Amino acid sequence: MFAIRKLSAAVALALAAAAAQAQVSDGVVKIGVLNDMSSLYADIGGPGSVVAAKMAVEDYLKASKSSLKVEVISADHQNKPDVGSQIARQWYDVDKVDVIVDVPNSGVALAVSQVTRDKAKAFLVTGAASADLTGKACSPNTIHWLYDTWNLAHGTGSAVVKTGGDTWFFITADYAFGHALERDTAEVVKANGGKVLGAVRAPLNTQDFSSFLLQAQSSKAKVIGLANAGGDTINSIKQAAEFGIVKGGQSLAGLLVFLSDVHGLGLDKAQGLVLTETFYWDLNPATRTWSKRFASLDGGKYPTMNHAGVYSAVLHYLKAVDAAKTDDGTKVIAKMKELPTDDALFGKGRVRQDGRKIHPAYLFEVKKPSESKYPYDYYKLRATIPADQAFRPEKDGGCPLVK
Amino acid sequence: MKAHRVAFAVMVAALLVAPLAVYPVFLMKVMCFALFASAFNLLIGYGGLLSFGHAMFLGTAGYASAHAAKVWGFPPEFAILFGTACAAALGLVTGLLAIRRQGIYFAMITLALAQMIFFFYLQAPFTHGEDGIQGVPRGTLFALFDLNNIWAMYAVVFVVFVGGFLLIYRTIHSPFGQVLKAIRENEPRAISLGYDTARYKLQAYVLSATLAGVAGATKAIVFQLASLTDAHWSMSGEVVLMTLLGGLGTIFGPAAGALVIVSMENYLAQLGAWVTITQGVIFVICVLAFRRGLVGELARLLRKPL
Amino acid sequence: MSEIFGIPVQAFMGQLLIGLINGSFYALLSLGLAVIFGLLNIINFTHGAQYMMGAFCAYLLLNKIGIGYWPALVIAPVIVGVTGVVIERTMLKRLYSLDHLYGLLLTFGLALIIQGLFRNEYGTSGQPYAMPEALSGGRNLGFMFPPNYRAWVIAFSLVVCLATWFTIERTKLGSYLRAATENPVLVQAFGINVPRMITLTYGFGVALAALAGVMAGPIYQVSPQMGADLIIVVFAVVVIGGMGSIMGSIVTGFSLGVVEGLTKVFYPEASNTVIFVIMAIVLLFKPAGLFGKER
Repeated sequence: MFAIRKLSAAVALALAAAAAQAQVSDGVVKIGVLNDMSSLYADIGGPGSVVAAKMAVEDYLKASKSSLKVEVISADHQNKPDVGSQIARQWYDVDKVDVIVDVPNSGVALAVSQVTRDKAKAFLVTGAASADLTGKACSPNTIHWLYDTWNLAHGTGSAVVKTGGDTWFFITADYAFGHALERDTAEVVKANGGKVLGAVRAPLNTQDFSSFLLQAQSSKAKVIGLANAGGDTINSIKQAAEFGIVKGGQSLAGLLVFLSDVHGLGLDKAQGLVLTETFYWDLNPATRTWSKRFASLDGGKYPTMNHAGVYSAVLHYLKAVDAAKTDDGTKVIAKMKELPTDDALFGKGRVRQDGRKIHPAYLFEVKKPSESKYPYDYYKLRATIPADQAFRPEKDGGCPLVK
Repeated sequence: MKAHRVAFAVMVAALLVAPLAVYPVFLMKVMCFALFASAFNLLIGYGGLLSFGHAMFLGTAGYASAHAAKVWGFPPEFAILFGTACAAALGLVTGLLAIRRQGIYFAMITLALAQMIFFFYLQAPFTHGEDGIQGVPRGTLFALFDLNNIWAMYAVVFVVFVGGFLLIYRTIHSPFGQVLKAIRENEPRAISLGYDTARYKLQAYVLSATLAGVAGATKAIVFQLASLTDAHWSMSGEVVLMTLLGGLGTIFGPAAGALVIVSMENYLAQLGAWVTITQGVIFVICVLAFRRGLVGELARLLRKPL
Repeated sequence: MSEIFGIPVQAFMGQLLIGLINGSFYALLSLGLAVIFGLLNIINFTHGAQYMMGAFCAYLLLNKIGIGYWPALVIAPVIVGVTGVVIERTMLKRLYSLDHLYGLLLTFGLALIIQGLFRNEYGTSGQPYAMPEALSGGRNLGFMFPPNYRAWVIAFSLVVCLATWFTIERTKLGSYLRAATENPVLVQAFGINVPRMITLTYGFGVALAALAGVMAGPIYQVSPQMGADLIIVVFAVVVIGGMGSIMGSIVTGFSLGVVEGLTKVFYPEASNTVIFVIMAIVLLFKPAGLFGKER
């Protein structure tokens, strides 16, 4: 584990091919995995993302017999935009990194996107949520790969309203991401004929949600929307169990929940939770095979959708580098938008002009402990949202790149 | 004093030559923090007042200058001036409140005030909370020098740092500085000699806040970002660490401490939690066995004040 | 449904109860801090980390050795208390003659080390700690459904706080302690082993923090960060109550918990700040605190 955590020049798989097929700057395609290695998002991405990136490099080089030399390095942005942007800057200026991947935490992602644009490199963001990354903050150097606040709101929000959850109360993390998620979800609820009975803002990293949960309980809303993530979500859910909220008939909608959060909570606390993800390890044979392989490389931990996203993004990136015969950031991103995507984890999809990747999304419900038959058997599928409905229409985002 | 002149010359020469070998952005960060720590040291090393809330000045100046540059379109020189002015104003207001108490109570008041400021910034819409103010333009200095050019930016930070440093030096070696030292040593005596100690302490406090503001405002322009980190209490703790490690009450100590701490954070960043652990260990060792700090010990060896 | 100040009775009572629960933690923690400051003149910044160690100790006892909550309530504070004794003997002792700001800096450094070590090992996602069987579930009181465990927290904290207060203020041992703070040399001349008493007092204060940690385990996540932001609030509580006053910390702890809880109902965005505002005001007008004596 410690070795994975170190800043390592790991995968330098150069096949003994003849002439170089791409004009790659200083001969090496350097991929930087930047995420939270030690704090509330460490299980969502963390060292696992490095594993996923390396798997992608290995698989691509094997399958395509490309002669690219690829290196993967990593760093911890500690959820701070200043740390993240400084690392990005140093990586681009000094360490010759060509592309940055992952970056959970929308604040950091926005900062890194700006730096990437200034330096004309490439940024494949999987971990962050803000839909602004393909909206007003869109950039020709950034692709938002995995999910976003609009996708979550419309996935969970509309599905829950349609199945009878028409009155909502929000517990929102009091920062930009939480506000955006609450706003997007509230819109969806109202558009589907539901009502928002109230909302309460809780500071980020709140330890004790009891007073907020009490307010949610007394509102008698059918659904309590958790517009927060990571430790906040875990705490809200854990404490909701204590107050008998689900037993009392209200349901919890986790607006951003990852497999690792459910694993950390345990099924007895998380059961019944409704959530939207774009990947689940047990969805089909292809995802299962990949996930088991990932788990064997990541100390037995099954992949979150973020890990799958990193894999998929890196795979497509390398394909584009070879196709464009360069690792110039702007050109590769353009090429990634040109080529359709296809991998074992997300199936067929494409990248739009505004930098948004499209693929289907899934509405899951967390199983009861009695329903779980094997390790990590946590979700049952409630609905599939087709790719063209899962993400905000291109024209609605306000992205200047969209003509 | 000859020792000071030599040390100063060494520092300036190093700063002029280093960017050729070391990443300039890193050096600029060191300079900003060195100024911040030196400003902090003015208050504790020479005034004897431990402020546990100095981050509020760094943060306020950062937000003010970032907002001025990005939203109001101020050129960099005015943005930095504006940021500094805001920090100075905050210094005056909080100083008036805090100076009334001594010792640990003073530290606690500064902590409480800094926490209030922090939570204000957390909520205020213009700071964008956790995201911070991003994409702050570097701008064009005096309508002549494009600060996107790394050398121009470096020159600016260099001038700001050296200027601030000389100002602190001048203050310490002036009559004002002498009175301050007297107050630190024995306040009742200073009062009996007729000095209005509260006024002196307040002036030192505001000066310290202003210079911390200069550091914060400049930093926001260099990194094109102003974030909550700069206003969080752990930043207040860090500046204490830098000053303690370098040597409380020495002139070059805080700068040395800043260099070590910023370097450590930079080069050991991939070791994650070990950075925090190392900082803790440094604190413990400094308090138990190394109270004079790096420069303090060096000064003792050379038998010259540094 | 009747209303108080515009919100239903049920919600109001519920928030009051929550406030009391938070207040219990504040009281327990500030009690430990007040004991340590009052008797040792040391501002123990490590308190938050020691609270966290108590919670982790309980977690490890349960998951590695299979020792449950009830024994952990006693064992964990003892273990952490012993580490406190070690800290005092090896490090804090040397600082008594210095400005007590050095004590603050040392304990701050120790807090960083301890938190860093745990973070290195466990990350920050937090570990779940199972609620003890006997206390799970709740009682339907009609106007609200308080979980049994939280009611237990209030009751037990109150008992511990009052027992500590009683020991210090009303027993012979307590009077030795109080005398030792005022004039250690004289007390030692009477044949009382003052250094040992001081060491044990520090250990006791630390054990109180760890006890709070064990109690926090079932309701909050057991995470390395759990003490970090809490410690600043607890400082505020101690300062408001009066830095050496035992009763002051207890009363202030519970009261501020309630104040914070009520703020969460009417104006949640300010819930973080309200304690600091009160702290600043108290420091300006009565720096020794509401119950304290000027030093």
